[in-house]
Amino acid sequence: MPVVKFTYALKRFYPGLKEVNIEASTVADIVKKLDGIYPRMSSYIIDEQGALRKHVNIFIGNSIIEDKTSLADKVGEHDEVYIMQALSGG
Amino acid sequence: MSSSKNTLLIGTRKGLVVYEKRSSGWEYAGESFDGIPVSYATGSPDNNIWWACQDHGHWGCKMHLSRDKGTSWEEVDAPKYAEDDEIKDGVPATLKYLWILQPHINDDPNHILVGTEPGGLFESKNAGKDFELVRGLWDHPSRKGEWFGGGRDYAGIHSIVIDNDNQDHRYVGISCAGVFETWDGGRQWEPKNKGLRADFLPDPSSEVGQDPHLLVAHPVNQKVMWQQNHCGIFRSVDGANNWEDISEPGGVANFGFVITLDENDENTAWVVPAVSDEKRLAIDRALVVCRTRDGGKSWEKLTNGLPQTACYDIVYRHGMDITGDTLVFGTTTGNLYLSENQGDDWVSINHNLPMIYSVRFV
Repeated sequence: MPVVKFTYALKRFYPGLKEVNIEASTVADIVKKLDGIYPRMSSYIIDEQGALRKHVNIFIGNSIIEDKTSLADKVGEHDEVYIMQALSGG
Repeated sequence: MSSSKNTLLIGTRKGLVVYEKRSSGWEYAGESFDGIPVSYATGSPDNNIWWACQDHGHWGCKMHLSRDKGTSWEEVDAPKYAEDDEIKDGVPATLKYLWILQPHINDDPNHILVGTEPGGLFESKNAGKDFELVRGLWDHPSRKGEWFGGGRDYAGIHSIVIDNDNQDHRYVGISCAGVFETWDGGRQWEPKNKGLRADFLPDPSSEVGQDPHLLVAHPVNQKVMWQQNHCGIFRSVDGANNWEDISEPGGVANFGFVITLDENDENTAWVVPAVSDEKRLAIDRALVVCRTRDGGKSWEKLTNGLPQTACYDIVYRHGMDITGDTLVFGTTTGNLYLSENQGDDWVSINHNLPMIYSVRFV
């Protein structure tokens, strides 16, 4: 199962946040299933139409996902998926 | 009249700040959501529920409620647009900003309305567990073609007025679209913009496309409505059927964002003017509040205690409130001013807050 790792910034909202293994074949599938572990987490990562929020990045290994509109990028059995906060703000 | 509400909720760019009136005066009483922009915060009329709308830069718009006056907060699902909802043809609708939350509809603490960008009004009857887009307004034939952004990318509903005697009778203020009215709880809406002026449109008297920066109704005689508009200050005495320009010709009370009313006198109001839409600055770099006591026939400048040089403050549309004789306003440069005598004299409560989006007595 792919493993999902999170930016420390999300610990503010999910104090018990830890990396998780999720049975999924796409990034969209992973994000959807996160809600079952961490309620409402998908709403932090994607908007209501399923697009990645502007200041959030998702990596598979060292590569940023290509489909930020529907998160259709495939994930493999041994992939590591990173949900990261973009460097922005002030 | 003495102040009747003793807590002040301040929505700022860096969190919710709370002040309380104590024997020593108005004192800082804490914060919530440190570092997260709070676009609007308010309380229910009985002060049993506080609501905070957030505009988190990374993680989206969020909503929280507190049933213990800010000691703890519970996140509720923010309103969501449906998959088929479009801002315009081919542009999917997503929640961009939570402009205003109107609590306690029909005397029900769980019944709220939320105005958003890109132009959707949402209703919840279970304290935010579920929201329903008010379809009658969203599907209004003018929306896709005649509503547009003012100050932000897309049209936003920033003002909600509920008729005390018939709570299915409601108004909203939309930038940019204008004032809309419903008599049936939101199924059918009509624009109510006769007499307004949109100098930025080819047809300034256009029925839709007006820019009321803030719409308010007198809490007792609600047929008396006021708005600080992009193109001046306007007043209606017939429930928005007709609007009269009450701006100050040649004076300072013209452009601005906020307007606040006196619950005991339907002819008294306060505004905080800025130079113009081209120059959103304090006039002559001095902070001035203008008050009318005659329904806008004349305006007086109130400056005692306010900075009169090197001042760059302006006040956003939800940045002023009143309880009894106590007025308060917060500015874009983080100054918080308070008057205990209807604006005759002002004192600074804090010079070092973040940019202030909203102030509300609860």
